[in-house]
Amino acid sequence: MPFIPHTESDVREMLAAIGASSIEALFEEIPLALRTRELTGIPEALNEMEVSRLMQARAQRDGTPLNFIGAGAYEHHIPAAIWAIVTRGEFYSAYTPYQAEASQGTLQLLYEYQTMMTRLTAMQVSNASLYDGASALAEAALMAVRAHRRSKSARILVPATVNPTYRAVANAITEGQNLNFDVLPYDPKTGTFEPASLDAYKGQDITAVVIQQPNFFGQFEDVDAITDWAHANGALAIAVVNPTSLAVLKPPGEWGAKGVDIVVGDGQPLGVPLSSGGPYFGFMTTRLEHVRQMPGRIIGRTVDVDGKTGFTLTLQAREQHIRRSKATSNICTNQGLLVTAATIYMSILGSRGLERVAAASQAQTQVLVEALTRIPGITLAFDGPRFHEAVLRFEKPVAPILEALAARGIIGGLDLARHYPELGNALLVCATEMRTQEDVDQYAKTLSTVMAGGGV
Amino acid sequence: MSSIPTHLKYLESHEWARAEADGTVTVGISDHAQSALGDLVFVELPEIGKSLAKGAAAAVVESVKAASDVYSPVSGEVIAANDALRGAPELVNQDPYEGGWLFKLKASDPAELDQLLDAKAYEKVVADE
Amino acid sequence: MMPMHEPLIFTHSRAGRTAAGQYPKDAKADVPAHLKRKSSPGLPEVSELQAVRHFTRLSQLNFSIDTHFYPLGSCTMKYNPRASNSLAMLPGFLGRHPLAPESASQGFLACMFELQEMLKEVTGMKGVSLTPMAGAQGEFAGVAMIRAYHRARGDLERNEIIVPDAAHGTNPATATMCGCAVIEVRSLENGDIDIEALKKALGPKTAGIMLTNPSTLGVFERRIQEVAKLVHEAGGLLYYDGANLNAILGKVRPGDMGFDVIHMNLHKTFSTPHGGGGPGSGAVGVGQRLLPFLPIPIVAKTDERYRWLDERDLPQTIGRLSAFMGNAGVLLRAYVYMRMLGREGMQRVAEYSTLNANYLLARLKAEGFDAAYPERRASHEFIVTLKRQAKELGVNAMDFAKRLLDFGFHAPTTYFPLLVPECLLIEPTETEAKEELDAFVAALVAIQREAEQDAAKVKGAPYTLPVRRLDDVRAAKQLDLAYVEEREQGV
Repeated sequence: MPFIPHTESDVREMLAAIGASSIEALFEEIPLALRTRELTGIPEALNEMEVSRLMQARAQRDGTPLNFIGAGAYEHHIPAAIWAIVTRGEFYSAYTPYQAEASQGTLQLLYEYQTMMTRLTAMQVSNASLYDGASALAEAALMAVRAHRRSKSARILVPATVNPTYRAVANAITEGQNLNFDVLPYDPKTGTFEPASLDAYKGQDITAVVIQQPNFFGQFEDVDAITDWAHANGALAIAVVNPTSLAVLKPPGEWGAKGVDIVVGDGQPLGVPLSSGGPYFGFMTTRLEHVRQMPGRIIGRTVDVDGKTGFTLTLQAREQHIRRSKATSNICTNQGLLVTAATIYMSILGSRGLERVAAASQAQTQVLVEALTRIPGITLAFDGPRFHEAVLRFEKPVAPILEALAARGIIGGLDLARHYPELGNALLVCATEMRTQEDVDQYAKTLSTVMAGGGV
Repeated sequence: MSSIPTHLKYLESHEWARAEADGTVTVGISDHAQSALGDLVFVELPEIGKSLAKGAAAAVVESVKAASDVYSPVSGEVIAANDALRGAPELVNQDPYEGGWLFKLKASDPAELDQLLDAKAYEKVVADE
Repeated sequence: MMPMHEPLIFTHSRAGRTAAGQYPKDAKADVPAHLKRKSSPGLPEVSELQAVRHFTRLSQLNFSIDTHFYPLGSCTMKYNPRASNSLAMLPGFLGRHPLAPESASQGFLACMFELQEMLKEVTGMKGVSLTPMAGAQGEFAGVAMIRAYHRARGDLERNEIIVPDAAHGTNPATATMCGCAVIEVRSLENGDIDIEALKKALGPKTAGIMLTNPSTLGVFERRIQEVAKLVHEAGGLLYYDGANLNAILGKVRPGDMGFDVIHMNLHKTFSTPHGGGGPGSGAVGVGQRLLPFLPIPIVAKTDERYRWLDERDLPQTIGRLSAFMGNAGVLLRAYVYMRMLGREGMQRVAEYSTLNANYLLARLKAEGFDAAYPERRASHEFIVTLKRQAKELGVNAMDFAKRLLDFGFHAPTTYFPLLVPECLLIEPTETEAKEELDAFVAALVAIQREAEQDAAKVKGAPYTLPVRRLDDVRAAKQLDLAYVEEREQGV
């Protein structure tokens, strides 16, 4: 029996100790009429060899195409050491560190993670992670409403340059609590949010302003002006950031005169594989004054009865298992295993390694943009500096082109028609340090062929 | 046995209220409550100027393993909060009836005080727990 | 041998030390001056070996399923098959971008579609969405769907969610997050829900009830059909908290009990790793009435092709809960596990987890420990109360738990559920062998003897772990949540 160690004599002895005639007798309290007979919809068991065959065939069917999409999930090199350690049973098969004495490894790692995230974002405190970047934005919005006691509106301003899926998730998760998200337009020339358009909200009760840097199009926002506007108008500032970019970009804790109040983002670029969309992890950092409004697990350093340094879950009275209906959130896990990967990644890369990753990604994106815009019928949509993504404009609809590219082993980018129809035929592309000159050449060559009529 | 001063009024949820000479009401939690919660690590105090209905959640006292709402014994406006607790929540444990007070109210209906439990009735509440 | 101490990674850091073999080629970032980072983010500067050794040592400070019996009640700490991990990490799955076109994702989508179908079958539900990223998010999806259902019918007054007093804290927290009011109903002495109290709680404002069955008290709710009838007659819906699904997998299906919506903790029942506190996965299943409200995306199959369903297909959906489709890699692990167990293996899960729990309970009772519900059959877990030991010996549940660590066992869940004083909630799971259970009994018996002879010894435990009991009050008052070198040097 897979994964069940019992021998026949074990079962006999155990039933005798219980005083039951059979295993079936142990279910006597379940009304007979409700009992399941047979699960006909479940296939027969496969052994490990058979299931391996099946999964390999499935994985091979999807292949390993050349990828040029980012849009919230980025393909970076992951040093081999990281997942070799992450999948050690002591990390992989442990649970939430309720028994601190038996979980010092996980707890110390999380404390080191919190330290690294506060440094990267230039904030004072970090939690031990949330589910992903999108849900972290939802939690940040709810947190802002709790933390900003004087604001009664629960009204949050969000530029349309914030990841549209993040906005959708924030809407879905906060729906029951009457938050209002006002979506603000962007400048069609630069693909960035124009701080002056905030002036329409002057004098109104605004709880928070969200700023994404780099924004969904990959462009740089004027973060100082937006942060200062928020503070001057009595609102909190929430930053959504890419952790890789923070190796080279001004951290949110230094935006404007005072720095932002809450920082969130997705930690996936820090050593977590694309993995079809997850598991990733969301991060959140804030100022010390807001720590009791922050959702999620928090680890603190303390001492034991002998005065020896140790680590423990702290500020638990905010959480659902104690505060129940008055908790800061219903969240009770973090994304521990992915945080483990990120902490090892940041340790191996260090500040300089991460800076190299950021710089190389930006440089390769520039190479990609130059190569693709040399093809007739493709232009760059926005002026101005950007990080490692760019929006390209096509003369023809993008969807069939992407299908034709996929058939040739290239994942060409994200079609923006759904989320930004006003941009016309627009494609969001991304290159990280993983995309070599040869990769870019292959993309450009294949795209030229496709656009010249070879298959569309 | 916890201390229950006879000059105070109490709620079943373990708050005490003291009518001051100037007509204001001081509020805290009882010795029994602080001992049941254990070492306090944080106290969330109401904002000055906030108006509270009788029985409204006014403050939160937090220990490592629990967090409890503190309810306002009477209706009124918050006129003071014990700022010393922000740095030293342990004052509530050490001196629940004097140095560990939580907030002061300007009562809108002083008669509400008379509806609260006296020490004897509160002693019975504690004994029944 | 367990290492006893490992300094912080930052103390290994030396300016100029690198793991340069991991760097990409040199490039210069091109950032306008006013957006540039001025100072280094201060990440560690260590060699690859230093990082590997540091984190390997940290791992050795942990208890885990792979190293220790881990009978943490309500958490289902069963063996996480290695095949699930290695097959979910095949390059085709691992390298796949979540926004890759459907045409380049058929292998992955096939796994997800079949997982949805298998989960429908084991729960007796009509539709499944895999996107919730943890149990609590599955709960959120469930209550949000209940709310959306009532609103779609114009039944705007229904905003009360009934929750038994024994429920996990996530239940009331979730109801609040969804904008609902929480109505608590109590449990009877025998662990069943108080039907009379339930009747009083039900009314025209009832949106639904959240139930765990078997309950957190480790017993099956025997009057579940009556509960379902009452709630439905009052116009409410029933939510099944799948925390304890392991107890009944293949034996009774929530759909057949009358539940309208369920979340499953794939990291419990379907053996995906707990990872030191996540990732979880909280897939939701629904009956007919809630189908239109499922969170997106969902995988559909038409003419042997798999495709995503989104808001265009499900205009009444409660929406998206994650940036892509939830914890895909966790879902793949659950899929592999279910395929390896197959039809019969699925039923054995409940059988052997229940056998192990009842055996452990019988042995502990025979050794003089007090069961919280002695007249009831245990489900896959049970509660021992140490109220007597606390009173007579001054040794409480926490002391027993800490001493168990010295004996090489992870402690059971302590002080939950809140209803039972000095409780240990013990869940052995089906993957533990009889010898392991016997050794655990022997340890508890030995601790009982110690408590009788030398209570102080038990109260001072643990002694053999990297740290002894920690000062939680100091941790909460003198907050030290991140390492700051300057502060360190000042001390």
